[in-house]
Amino acid sequence: MATINLEVVTPTGPVISTDVDIVTAPGHGGEFGVLANHAPFLSTIKTGTLSFKRDREVKYLMVSGGFAEVSNNKITFLVESAEYGYDVDVDRAISAKERALKRIAQAQQKGEQINLTRAEAALQRALARIQAAENSRQG
Amino acid sequence: MPGLKDVKTKITGVKKTSQITKAMNMVASAKLRGAQEKMESFRPYTAKFTAAMGNLSGGMEGGNLPLMEARDISNVEIVVVTSDRGLCGSFNSAIITMAEKLMLKYQSEGKDVSFVCVGKKAFQYFRKTGKVRKSYNDIMGTFQMFNAREISQDLAANFISGGSDHVDLVYGKFHSVASQKPEREELLPIKPITDSEGSTQKTEITGAYTYEPEPGEIMEVLLPLYLNVQIYHAMLEVGASEHAARMTAMDNATNACKDMIDQLTLLYNKARQSAITGDLMDIVGGAEALKG
Repeated sequence: MATINLEVVTPTGPVISTDVDIVTAPGHGGEFGVLANHAPFLSTIKTGTLSFKRDREVKYLMVSGGFAEVSNNKITFLVESAEYGYDVDVDRAISAKERALKRIAQAQQKGEQINLTRAEAALQRALARIQAAENSRQG
Repeated sequence: MPGLKDVKTKITGVKKTSQITKAMNMVASAKLRGAQEKMESFRPYTAKFTAAMGNLSGGMEGGNLPLMEARDISNVEIVVVTSDRGLCGSFNSAIITMAEKLMLKYQSEGKDVSFVCVGKKAFQYFRKTGKVRKSYNDIMGTFQMFNAREISQDLAANFISGGSDHVDLVYGKFHSVASQKPEREELLPIKPITDSEGSTQKTEITGAYTYEPEPGEIMEVLLPLYLNVQIYHAMLEVGASEHAARMTAMDNATNACKDMIDQLTLLYNKARQSAITGDLMDIVGGAEALKG
């Protein structure tokens, strides 16, 4: 099967650089999949789970905010953070989720917009982590 | 001739100082390695980011994006990035001097200047001008991406609300372990990135791209990120430069201590000899007197 080169780069360094069969990513307008020889494409990325498949083996990654660029049979993700599902510390992610929920409630009470957006972003990240961890456990 | 004991105390003191400077030198060189690594791992991200931005902005007109809007300049904001701690030679003062010159230049053009200080040293200096709008202290040691995000969001908000019409960034760029120089960059409004290789070729490629969402909307997401990247980059550079500068400064200090110890030891030996000579003279004089 034809493959596409996948690269995930974060501010703390490249995370992955490998050839894969298919990539599924959380795009701005919903999830999208990219196969080999995809047309040039640029999309923003939301916090969520990215998955890629190689030789029937699927791997899951948690990614947060950034964008993806497809060109010349190569897909590059530039995201703020990325973490393999099996690397996720689930307990920590769950406590982060609860903390974020608490903060959201607090911020809503006091009407603090900045803290609310921040807490919501944290919640998104925690959820994405948990999701990625679960997916890779099942996969 | 100073007293023997005085010289001896002084020698011990200088020796102790040299121990401290030597230790600081070693700590700085260990920290430098970490900071340099951090900086280098960020480089691919910046390179890719700038390339993608170039692709994107080549294909579109300046548009009506608030962060790219060029206005008549009446308020200028200068972001000064320095280290939190001193004892690193002229590194911070070089940055501060540059920022101050910039301020004087803008003021002579009749523009209002405000400061955003990242790192304690900048704040300590510019505090007295009363122009500091915001300062971020004690984040240079362990800074993360979200520190940079906080700063860039604040800068962008201030720019959009009209608090500033132009934003400059002054920081210390890491050239090598031996050389760090202050640099100035324009942050806002963001200029379209054009490659030196002519933009026509670029537009051809961009024409084929599919965007999701529309390029304009993507830019709205990317521009703040871009600002973020620039601030984070400056902080990383300053972080590495600070340690490199401290290494050099502490090395110099250790050498100066060595010189001083040599001189003092010479002085000490001279003083000791002359004391012995004095004692001998006394004994000889006393013996002569007894003979008589």
